[in-house]
Amino acid sequence: MTLRDLKPGERGTITGWSQDAPGRLLEMGMLPGAVVEVVRLAPLGDPIDLKVRGYHLSIRKQEADMVRVEPV
Amino acid sequence: MAVRDDMAAPIEAPARLRRVAVVGNPNVGKTTVFNLLTGLRQKVANYPGVTVERKSGRLTGAASVEVIDLPGTYSLSPKSLDEQIAYDMLVGRIQGERPPDVVVCIVDASNLERNLYLVTQVMDLALPTVVALNMMDAAEEAGARIDTEALSAALGLPVVPMIALQGEGLGALREVLLHPPPPPTPRRWPLMDTVAPQVDALMQVLGEAAPDVPASHRFSEVLRTLAEDGGLAYWEARASRFHQAVLAARRTFEEAHVPYRYAEVSGRYNWLGPLVAQTVTQHKDPSARTRSDRIDAVLTHRIAGPVLFILLLVLIFQAVFSWAVPAMDLIEAGVTGLGDWVRAVLPVGVAADLLVEGVIAGVGNVLVFLPQILLLFFFLGLMEDTGYMARTAFIMDRIMNRVGLSGGSVVPLLSSFACAIPGIMAARTLPNERDRLITIMVAPLMSCSARLPIYTLFIAAFIPAGYLFGVVGYQGLTMFTMYLMGIVMAFIAAWVLKKYVIKGAASYFAMELPPYRMPKVKYVLWRMVERSKIFVLRAGRIIFGLSIVLWFMASYPKAASSPALEAREDTVVADYQAALDSVAAAHGMALPAFLAQPPVEAAMRLPAAEAAPRLDSLRALYPGDQAAGVLAVYRVRQRYEAGRRAVADAEASYQIRNSFIGWMGRALEPVMQPLGFDWKISAGIVTAFAAREVIVGAMATMYSVGDADETSVALRDQLKADRYPDGRPVFTPLVAVSLLVFFVFALQCMSTLAIARRETNSWRWPAVMWLYMTGLAYLFSLIIYQGGKAIGLE
Repeated sequence: MTLRDLKPGERGTITGWSQDAPGRLLEMGMLPGAVVEVVRLAPLGDPIDLKVRGYHLSIRKQEADMVRVEPV
Repeated sequence: MAVRDDMAAPIEAPARLRRVAVVGNPNVGKTTVFNLLTGLRQKVANYPGVTVERKSGRLTGAASVEVIDLPGTYSLSPKSLDEQIAYDMLVGRIQGERPPDVVVCIVDASNLERNLYLVTQVMDLALPTVVALNMMDAAEEAGARIDTEALSAALGLPVVPMIALQGEGLGALREVLLHPPPPPTPRRWPLMDTVAPQVDALMQVLGEAAPDVPASHRFSEVLRTLAEDGGLAYWEARASRFHQAVLAARRTFEEAHVPYRYAEVSGRYNWLGPLVAQTVTQHKDPSARTRSDRIDAVLTHRIAGPVLFILLLVLIFQAVFSWAVPAMDLIEAGVTGLGDWVRAVLPVGVAADLLVEGVIAGVGNVLVFLPQILLLFFFLGLMEDTGYMARTAFIMDRIMNRVGLSGGSVVPLLSSFACAIPGIMAARTLPNERDRLITIMVAPLMSCSARLPIYTLFIAAFIPAGYLFGVVGYQGLTMFTMYLMGIVMAFIAAWVLKKYVIKGAASYFAMELPPYRMPKVKYVLWRMVERSKIFVLRAGRIIFGLSIVLWFMASYPKAASSPALEAREDTVVADYQAALDSVAAAHGMALPAFLAQPPVEAAMRLPAAEAAPRLDSLRALYPGDQAAGVLAVYRVRQRYEAGRRAVADAEASYQIRNSFIGWMGRALEPVMQPLGFDWKISAGIVTAFAAREVIVGAMATMYSVGDADETSVALRDQLKADRYPDGRPVFTPLVAVSLLVFFVFALQCMSTLAIARRETNSWRWPAVMWLYMTGLAYLFSLIIYQGGKAIGLE
């Protein structure tokens, strides 16, 4: 499953990226092994607000779909 | 760093100056620390060839230490213009700049792991480095206790805990800067085994192909070129052997399925994870909801979020458009007063004309917008410092992404409703170059405050005051439509630009939502003043020069007065004399003596509205027929003065028709006629290409109405009364709408072009901007005028 499938409040461990990840997202800590929590969706449903490594990062569903996760 | 000595010496910096670079992620209080270190005495310049500001200042109490504030950056693999500067500065790749002698890394203590990522990159450059652990209070509040000594030992760098907003830790940081540490020991984090040997080999190649790259920078450079195409492209021209070697290494990795692009990032994070775990003790549940989370639950709520965002916009618009008005009136009065004073002091002549009509009026036009600009910057600063700015991007990204923009474009576009210049400058925060360029290109389509005077004048004059369905006023509706047309066109233009014109990396969205923080009003005000100063100086300089040119073009060549006008003037004078004589004869008065009496003299200068009662009171002084005589003389005088004014106006009109601008207007008339515009409107549009609002003054001059402003009844009536030689009215509601639409789309603002040139670093984009917007203006005015005529609206 991908990060996109997680619902607000759910957490998952990143297992990998299905495509070449944008370098910036890796640098922001979205690496395999990191635990990500989906905090909420933007009012229009996209982008999403994530909690990763103790801070809030917002990414689009399009990128979230490229992140494989293992639910925690 | 002897290798760098061959570069041009830094501007005015003596050789012994110690240079301290301040780096850090965005939102970590970097600028606050910089302000503390330099005590707000700063120099803002531009880096050569680019548009990023270079802020520097001397360390307070230590003039031999220069502190340089580098743009905020998440990593040393630059993704935006700002970040590129930070990197180039650190490795000494900017012309005229040596690499810094000391680097201060500002780190957000409440977000340690990700912030330390940048620190590990800086460490690898082998420059003396200090970690300023800022926002210790926020970390404390989040339940994190940081063992700064253990952290310092693990990193091998001095660590100074700070709460910059309260000035805490400043003394300790200054102490370290005055006695900087030695450069850090060799790299402490391991690179994955599958990649490390190739990296060593590439470092070897780089050392041979580009011996001037310091040995201490080779490692970073190889990692960067491996992972980033932008970093690699730099070497294609500089050392193609290295470029080829990197490409070959990439191919080898890809064939062996080695995740080399992850290598650097995961190597650093794998080292940092345990390090952070050992130095930080968490005494609260880290997944517990913080105060910031609770605020976000409201401000980014599905329904409350957008509603509050819209309310905030209404508040800002309200502030910019109405709270600013008293201050704007004051400035306008001041400018007019200054002009009057100069007129009174200087002898009548070209110098006074140039100064008053050119310079003072022109610069005044910019200063009038200053209150709006200040308010706007104040609100933007507040949004930035509280952390709400990132939320506007979060809320709006979906809509903006649909049309080819990004959530980050919201603020630049909103700013552009006040003025496109701060809007275009605000686009710098966009990490994606393509998004930034598109935002800059469409920002001037937002109806800025300079269009308001034009909207007001023509709507008041030609749109009926009635109500549609008895509720919506036609005039208000027209005004709203003008704003809406700009917005819709901006979206369409953005979509077209993205699809067909501006190529670039596909945009992704990675926006940090920083914790909400209480802003420090002092810094918000300080930044508001700084930004406004930049705006006024830059725009002012351009308008200053342009006003002089415009004034010259409207005033020269001085046409010889036409015989017809001279004859008219003679007639007015002769009529006056004859009328006076007949009054004198009828009332038996010795006129010159009578008129010289102070009460009579005073009465003659009264405006028409007050004249009747005051003249009445003269009856007591001058009994019988004499009082009636005063009234008769008054009327004669009024008629004479009106006649003189009409002649002067006609002269001004004649003058402008024969001036350079008049020539241009008449030359353009055939092109503009299909839009419904005569030579005067065409000439007005020519003048408005300097700055839109100029057209109101220019039309007033051309319609021979002295000193008309946008609500002037006289100018409105003159516009309505104007006829072509064949008797058709020059202005109809259709012509007015055509003109309004022209102003919605046309790029008539020199300052916008100048700022776009500065921000895109070429004349190409301002030229494209001018052409497409002016093209749209012509096209839409043509469609509206010709279409309207075809369905019989004329």
